Amino acid sequence: MSVVASSLPPQLPVLDRVTRVDEVGVEERVARFCSRSIKKESKVRALKLALSMIDLTTLEGQDTRGKVTQLCQKAIHLHDAMPGLPHVAAVCVYPTMVGVARQALHGHDIKVASVATAFPSGMAPLSVKLEDTRVAVQEGADEVDMVISRGEFLQGEYSRVFDEIIAIKEACGRAQLKVILETGELGTLDRVRRASILAMHAGADFIKTSTGKIQPAATLPVTLVMLQAIRDYYHATGRRVGMKPAGGISKAKQAIQYLVMLRETLGEGWLTPEWFRFGASSLVNDLLMQLEKQRTGVYQSADYFSKD
Amino acid sequence: MARTESKLEFDTDWKYSPAPESTDHIRIDPQYELFIGGKFVAPRERQYFDTINPAREKTLARVARADRGDVDRAVAAARRAYERAWSKLEPAERGKYLYRIARMLQERSREFAAIESLDGGKPIRESRDVDVPLAAAHFFYYAGWADKLEYAFPGRRAAPLGVAGQIIPWNFPLLMAAWKIAPALACGNTVVLKPAETTPLTALKLAELMRDVDLPPGVVNIVTGAGDTGAAIVEHPDVDKIAFTGSTEVGRLIQRRLAGTGKHFTLELGGKAANVIFADAAIDQAVEGIVNGIFFNQGHVCCAGSRLLVQESVADEVIAKLKERMETLIVGDPLDKNTDIGAINSAAQLEKIEQYLRIGQAEGGEMYQSSCSLPETGYWCRPTLFSGVSQSNRVVQEEIFGPVLSMQTFRTFQEALDKANNTPYGLSGGVWTDKGAKIFKMTRGIRAGVIWANTFNKFDPSAPFGGYKESGMGREGGLHGLGAYVELY
Amino acid sequence: MARRRNSPQSSSPSRLRESIAVRPSPSRTRERAGVRPQARKGKDAGRTGARVPVAKTYKLYIDGKFPRSESGRYYPLQRDDDLVIANVCRGSRKDFRDAVVAARNASGPWSQASAYLRGQVLYRAAEMLEGRSRQFAAELTLQGIARRRAEDEVTATIDRLVYYAGWADKYQQVFSAVNPVATSHFNFSVLEPMGVVAVVAPDSSGLLGLVSNVAPAVVGGNTCVVLASQSLPLSAISFAEVLHAADFPAGVINVLTGLKAELIEQFASHMDVNAVICGDADAAAERKIEELAADNIKRVVLRGGVDWNSAAAQSPYAISDTQETKTTWHPIGS
Repeated sequence: MSVVASSLPPQLPVLDRVTRVDEVGVEERVARFCSRSIKKESKVRALKLALSMIDLTTLEGQDTRGKVTQLCQKAIHLHDAMPGLPHVAAVCVYPTMVGVARQALHGHDIKVASVATAFPSGMAPLSVKLEDTRVAVQEGADEVDMVISRGEFLQGEYSRVFDEIIAIKEACGRAQLKVILETGELGTLDRVRRASILAMHAGADFIKTSTGKIQPAATLPVTLVMLQAIRDYYHATGRRVGMKPAGGISKAKQAIQYLVMLRETLGEGWLTPEWFRFGASSLVNDLLMQLEKQRTGVYQSADYFSKD
Repeated sequence: MARTESKLEFDTDWKYSPAPESTDHIRIDPQYELFIGGKFVAPRERQYFDTINPAREKTLARVARADRGDVDRAVAAARRAYERAWSKLEPAERGKYLYRIARMLQERSREFAAIESLDGGKPIRESRDVDVPLAAAHFFYYAGWADKLEYAFPGRRAAPLGVAGQIIPWNFPLLMAAWKIAPALACGNTVVLKPAETTPLTALKLAELMRDVDLPPGVVNIVTGAGDTGAAIVEHPDVDKIAFTGSTEVGRLIQRRLAGTGKHFTLELGGKAANVIFADAAIDQAVEGIVNGIFFNQGHVCCAGSRLLVQESVADEVIAKLKERMETLIVGDPLDKNTDIGAINSAAQLEKIEQYLRIGQAEGGEMYQSSCSLPETGYWCRPTLFSGVSQSNRVVQEEIFGPVLSMQTFRTFQEALDKANNTPYGLSGGVWTDKGAKIFKMTRGIRAGVIWANTFNKFDPSAPFGGYKESGMGREGGLHGLGAYVELY
Repeated sequence: MARRRNSPQSSSPSRLRESIAVRPSPSRTRERAGVRPQARKGKDAGRTGARVPVAKTYKLYIDGKFPRSESGRYYPLQRDDDLVIANVCRGSRKDFRDAVVAARNASGPWSQASAYLRGQVLYRAAEMLEGRSRQFAAELTLQGIARRRAEDEVTATIDRLVYYAGWADKYQQVFSAVNPVATSHFNFSVLEPMGVVAVVAPDSSGLLGLVSNVAPAVVGGNTCVVLASQSLPLSAISFAEVLHAADFPAGVINVLTGLKAELIEQFASHMDVNAVICGDADAAAERKIEELAADNIKRVVLRGGVDWNSAAAQSPYAISDTQETKTTWHPIGS
């Protein structure tokens, strides 16, 4: 659900006043999060919370009706042998597959998210990106994941990047907008911080790390910087913005580290799929295997968990 | 940025379950004797005292109390070992013993970490990730110097001093033992070391380790006891050098006692370091640096950044973020792997800290403490912040040695520098700014032995550490740390 | 022809066969590098009783793996009585090329590893070698070194590794400087590794000489390609096993065996090698190296004629020989 913070048109923030970020300091803070010991009930709880936050994703040129349908089946039936599992938050596909996903998920409380705006590169005229967005929304997407124009950002054309987000947000209508910063291309944490602030002021409902199509994708340091930006924005405006790390999170252990970081940076308000998502696919089965291990005390094999 | 009424809730539904470090693999004997001449021997007067776990207020072991006669025996053993064994060895072979110590400490690291936390109260995460690895690294570093002293002192030949008497504090028991023993041995000296009375156990386990690596008997002797044992070491005529880490108060006594004796000595004493945050700092990382500087190890750190000096234009933001961060600090059982801040080392120290909390409030300071819960038994103090205080307040001037931070603002560079230097102490300082030139100007201006720029509380065996002014004299660590343990010809 | 058994210092090459890849006939291969035949005890005593030892194949060590020469060529290592001890890989220029690629790839991470870590790895190599000291002494003896001398060489090598391990986090303090410039600048000079260092190991010292040239280069953050002694090549390859067991990252040290005459040119002319160390006392080789090195201003270090057993054979200057100096300026001001 997108919430408009105020009735004033969005204003490009003064990016030079955004705080600097020290990379070594960030990595040290991240290391402390990683040395938290999450065991027993708190581990089971974290595993289930992580499952409920997943945007189950397939974004490949070779996606077909069959592939997307099967992915949706997995989303609905994560592991029927284990009762009491939450469902994933959403399925994430290309605009031309939104209809397939909607059909496959009919009757289930799982959202359909669509990438748009010439994902993943974003190298297309605004008109094309707007049309891409409209198609996704018309096909029934609940959420739209857009990419910012990294080239323009690196050129210092902040106004253009800003205006573009506003335009896409408008084209989204009632759909929620996630803004992908593609942090792996921004280079420095300073830029990640600025891009986060810019995107939020432009109306993003979520800020997202990556397309998952280049390395590095999501990392703990980049995510921390974005969470801190969300916190600063929240204190300044009262508006909550969600966060989604995507790509490169395939192990339950990593997912739990993200949750620890989320808990200790933003707290209770964000520990819900409404405000935090994981863009992932193979993470699901690792979470399930860890849950089963917690239940039985025995390490698991991938053979016992469906791979769609 | 203006702050609205948005408050973050860190006491979430999802809580961390207890994650206790297992202790079934460690061995603490019910009673420990003195380690003299390579063996554990009973004290002559058969006097013992208890060492307790400050988190549970339970006795861990009984430990021998060394009297003057025992100290005499220890020094004699050290002298014999020096003359007959240690000084006769090739330097490279001495180095190999130190390498063995380092390697065995790495092998036994988990056991040492658990015992350190049990005996002293510091979180297992700190002892496991910082104290024990650094201690092993110190032995490793100084092992390499043993046969290379000819390169450390241009134009001079280095010779050992003889017997070193060493007295260490309770805040980093094992690490301080390593800081003292490693360079002393590397330079060819032998040692009589007294650990602090509230934290003797890891030094005694280190004694076992010395025996297990076949270190020639008498090269390292550990005598446990209290202040009078320390005095006996300081005053012993056959000790050539004294190394002391502890309070400035006791340091003064020692310096006075050594006057006219011709003994070499080094002192590493107290501090009241300024942590200076400029407006152009990376603010979130600076806040982390503040927290690291004063709250970890319960603030029992001589080089703690206990005086926060923040540039006025960002003061509100920094304090708001600091308070938010303080809310996520977990104070609790030192053996729980999620604990950030452990137990205060002793009832006596807790009383001292609480006295300062009373003084600070009486002086008109505004006291803020995080809302964390505290365990039922044991000695605890919540992370505390005093604002509305200034240079003339006692809580700003005097070393509290607890998780208590005072905060003042400044407007200009010069003001920050003046305030930072306005103290009889001079051990350390911190400066946070994104501007390189300012860092170097600040480090040039602060009168302290260790300055951290955009970081805090970083230690490395190769980096010299020590104070200006009443924070002591002499350096430990690095090439410069060798000088304390040699005579130069 | 000097007999190697009596004059181990001689630098004349062992008798070589032309490299035709034909295995020597079994009747002449009584004793291969490795194990003597043992009489078997117990219930099988009724049989001939001799246990057939498993002979060791010596390969190259490149990028953390043990490949044969891509050329497939070899030269036999023989004792004076024509006994073949082993077939030694005759490294080619392509092997050298591959080794340089591996060394270059490893160079970034190794130079950025902490000094502490480098010291630990080198110390571990000493631990591994200590554990295998009897094997190494026996192997040197097999190659013609007298038993007592062989044992001394192995212990000296272990101690040399420990010596250089101890310099890892110290040489910087001895050789760096903060420079008191006249302007308001913080000015400091630090040592940095040169990069990829090619080492021509001394021919007369199969183990100690090699390690004495490689250890100071790598402890300072360089990566290495080493050409083993041509007449005493086996210890070099066995030493590669020790490096492997000590957790040296792949590519940090690469060991080639082969004919010096063929490979010296490669070592000295490769454009992606930053420095060459020649530990061999061979004036013609030294001259050639110096000439070829000029093409890309390679740094050349000549260490021929050093008595590797002496105290003078180890010093921190061996480390600084393969280090550059970098000076940085930064204003002091607000």
